[in-house]
This record gives sequence, C-alpha cells and structure tokens, in this order.
Amino acid sequence: MSLYDRLSPAVKNIPSSGIRRFFDLANQMEDVISLGVGEPDFVTPWHVREASVDALERGFTSYTSNKGLPELRAAIADYLQDFHLNYNSEEEIVVTVGGSEAIDIALRTLLTPGDEVLIPEPSYVSYRPCTILAGGTPVGVPTYAEDEFRLTPEHLRARITPQSKVLILCFPNNPTGAVMTEEDLRAIAEVAIEHDLFVISDEIYAELTYEGRHASIAAIPGMRERTVVISGMSKAFAMTGWRIGYAAAPADILNLMLKIHQYTILCAPVMGQMAALEALRNGSAEKQKMVDKYNQRRRMIVKGFRDMGLACHEPKGAFYAFPDIRSTGLTSEEFAERLLQHSRVAVVPGSVFGEGGEGFIRCSYATSVEQIQKALERIGDFVKTLSL
Amino acid sequence: MNTSLKLQILHLLHENSTISHETIATMLNIDTETASRLIEQMEREKIILRYSTVINWDKVESQRVTAVIDVKVTPQREVGFDAIAERIYRFPEVTSVSLMSGAYDLQVVVEGYHLKEVARFVSEKLSTIEHVTGTTTHFKLKTYKFDGVIFDDREDDQRLVIAP
Ligand SMILES: Cc1ncc(COP(=O)(O)O)c(C=O)c1O
Repeated sequence: MSLYDRLSPAVKNIPSSGIRRFFDLANQMEDVISLGVGEPDFVTPWHVREASVDALERGFTSYTSNKGLPELRAAIADYLQDFHLNYNSEEEIVVTVGGSEAIDIALRTLLTPGDEVLIPEPSYVSYRPCTILAGGTPVGVPTYAEDEFRLTPEHLRARITPQSKVLILCFPNNPTGAVMTEEDLRAIAEVAIEHDLFVISDEIYAELTYEGRHASIAAIPGMRERTVVISGMSKAFAMTGWRIGYAAAPADILNLMLKIHQYTILCAPVMGQMAALEALRNGSAEKQKMVDKYNQRRRMIVKGFRDMGLACHEPKGAFYAFPDIRSTGLTSEEFAERLLQHSRVAVVPGSVFGEGGEGFIRCSYATSVEQIQKALERIGDFVKTLSL
Repeated sequence: MNTSLKLQILHLLHENSTISHETIATMLNIDTETASRLIEQMEREKIILRYSTVINWDKVESQRVTAVIDVKVTPQREVGFDAIAERIYRFPEVTSVSLMSGAYDLQVVVEGYHLKEVARFVSEKLSTIEHVTGTTTHFKLKTYKFDGVIFDDREDDQRLVIAP
C-alpha cells in the first residue's frame, strides 16, 4: 500500500462537488452572466465595514472568548427574540466561523457512528458530507414542486428508521426558495417528538422571507430542547466573507459543541465579530433595503421564467428561483451546460442538490436587475431553440 | 397605499429611467395599467420632471468647467428670495439654484466650456443683478460621487462565478 493509499477512506469517498465542475467550466469563459452565485451581490454596508476598520485601528486583533464576544452574543440573543426564540446569551449561544462551522459541530455533537440523518432534498450541499465526516449516514427525504418544496410529514415518516436520529431543516431553502409556515412546522414537530429526533434548523435565510415573517421550529412547544438553531451574518447582512455565524441550543447540547469549537477553532475572528456587532445593532434599515430589492427581483425572475414557458413555483424565501426544465427534455446538467456554452448564462443544475433536484435549475437573483433581464433574454432565446 | 407605491416607483425610475412600465409593475406586484397610470399622474403633477442619465462628463469633455457660486442677496419685500432666484435661474448657463441656510443665501451652479466664460458670467451677469451683495466662486475639480452614484471604476463584482 503506497503512502497516499492510506489517507482517510471516509474523506476519499466523499463525492467531489457537482458545483465544482460547473465552476471550472464557467470560469474559463468570458462575458458570462452568472445566476449561479449563492451569495448577495451587495457589498457589506459601509457602516459595518467602517466599524470593522475602526476596531482594527483601535487594536482589536486578539482572541476573544471561545463562545465569542459577550456583547455580540447578547446582540444575537436580542435578535433571535424577533423570531420568538429565547436563548441565554451566556450559556446557549456560540459564535462560529460561518453557519458552516455550526453545521459541522452540531452534527459531530449529535451523532454516534451508524446514526441516520434525515436531509430533506433538494438541499444545500454541505449537509451530506458533514454527516459522513461525523460518522453518520445521510438519508435523503424528497420534497416536491407540487408541495412548493415544503417538507411534508408523510414523506418524512416514509424515511424514518430505528436509526434515525437527526433531522436537518433548511427553510427558507437553498436551492428551492421554499419556506415552511408555522402550521407546516407543527406537523413536522409532531413527527420529530414522536420519534425523539434532534433537529438542526439552518435558518440562515430567515430574514429573506417575502410573505409574512419567518417561523422557527424551535419556537414550537416541545422543540427547543431538541433543536440546534443555526444562522449567521452571511446572507441577510451581505457579510459572506467575514465568516461569522452562530448556533443557539440548550446548554446541554451547546456545551458539547463548544468543546469541539474550542479545540478546533478557538474563536471566530475578532474583526468579523466586531463587524457583526455593528450590523446587528445598527443594520436593520440597510438590511430591509436589500430585502426589498431581492423581493422586486424575485417577482421579475419568476415572471420571466413563466413567460418563456417554464413552470416555476413561487419561491417565498432566500434568493433563488428553481424553475422546472423538464419540459425541454434535457437533464438539468445538460440544460445548464448547453445554456452556458450557447448563451453564456451560468446556473446550477438541480441534480447537485440531491434527490428531487433533477429536472430543475437553481437561478440566483442576487444580482442586478439589468443582469437578470439580460440573463432572462438569453435563457428565453435558448429555450426557444430547444422547442424547435 | 398609493403614496408608498408611488415612492417605490420613483426609486426604481431614479435608479434606471429606462426601465419599462411592465417591469416596474412586475417588480412591485401591480398591474401594468396601474403603474402607467401612477407614472402619468406624477408626470402631470410635475413630480417626475425629466428622465435623465447620470454621466461622468470628466470622461468625455475635459474642457467643461463647473462652478459652484455662493451668492448673498438682500431679500425683497413680498417676494423674498424667489424673484432674485428666478432672475438667476433664467440664464441657460445656470444648471441649478437652491436657497440655503447659513453663511450665504443662494447656491448657484454654472457650467461652461472655459474658465473665462464662467468668470465673465459671474462678474458681468450675476454680480450686477440688483440686490446681489456678494459672490464667492468655487470651481469643481473632480466629481467622486453624484446623485448616489460613485464615479470610480472599481465596483467590479468580486464574487466567484458559481458558489454553493
Ligand atoms: C443553507 C445554507 N446554510 C449555510 C450556509 C453557509 O453560510 P456561512 O458559512 O457563510 O454562514 C449557506 C451558504 O451558502 C447556505 O446556503
């Protein structure tokens, strides 16, 4: 056995990301309009950037407490109250390196080898690999366009086994834009309690809910004790590059998560934490402006797809439209690849997001109105060539 | 309800005056007729005065000069500052006139093709108007930001083409 053959099989066996291949393709081409980006097109609001520069000038360059700056945790606890979530900032909140780290440490804390993790799909791409790395077994639970990609208790029950331990919820959803109402969540909570499941609720897109207010499953009676809420600054505050997220959970869970965090990360970067503090304290007006803009673009892109004859459910959250391209007779990979090559528009094939994503493409509307209009024209022309 | 709708329409048009009524309607979740009706109404009411474009003239005509002139005047009985303001804004070389609080009264912006042309306007036309008691002229050297638009070329999208 050679040296490299002995590298971790668990890691080697993780399939490489389907997104990666498209990235390489798109990256070589010029004049590409990208609807493939899963992050805001807005630059972080200036007052936030300015606060971070100021913090640097004042010499905030050291470690913070493992859990994160106490003021920031207090601001997060305040902020979560908007969603009827009450967490003690001293004992129940940890500031992480993006929501990404929070997903990882939550799974590692909740799983023992052989446990199954229920992942409603299509879904964000990191839940499966993180589950595998934590020794668990991912089990997809399909969601369907007919249900506006909401998770239904029936489909969930169908995938539950005696090994089921954790359910990951991601609503508003990447890539489908689906949201779950409080009523929808109650039905899921009932199943979770019945089967004594833990829930990891990735609510990073909570602010980007366009009809009514986001509902958290952790606010439903009986759920708080079994739920880890994950969120972060990346999406709503246009702060992806700062790498600040957080998790909120009962102290019994959080203290174990903290152990991993403490030994692997030590603490989230202080400059980012200072910026996050400014954003949470003074950023709601700027945030609202961005949300309003996304909403306008959302209506435009959905109408655009429907006008060109593609079915498109109404995405009520996040910043993705997920049109149905099955009528073209192409697979989502073929569609995305040809669209890129013929029309220079980058989208992400739904198939990379797991079961049920095939036949759909993810189109981010976190880009300017002008770009969306141009992209829609190009996609429309492309779709016309297909139906000839 | 219509006032907030009108405001939203105005913001969209202010950002891009070439946007179609249909697109505005879609973005604001109203029908095209309503959008058109509200826009026409605002045109009639002179809320919308012109559909124009923000241009970085520095890139086109290096000769162009802009002067911002602080003008002190003695207000007149009955008409206050308005009559003097009108005498000033009637000149075609004047691009804007505003009444200000503070050390002077009217802020006048004048555009011309030569420094001399603008200087002559100030000394021969502006200063000689009755009730104008003093002027201070500032020449604009460079525009960094105008009407909410930053004029440098650095605003490229830094994001990767595709990201999860
Ligand atoms: C659903 C979801 N969760 C978590 C993340 C990770 O975000 P971050 O690590 O920047 O907080 C993303 C990013 O795309 C996401 O879409």
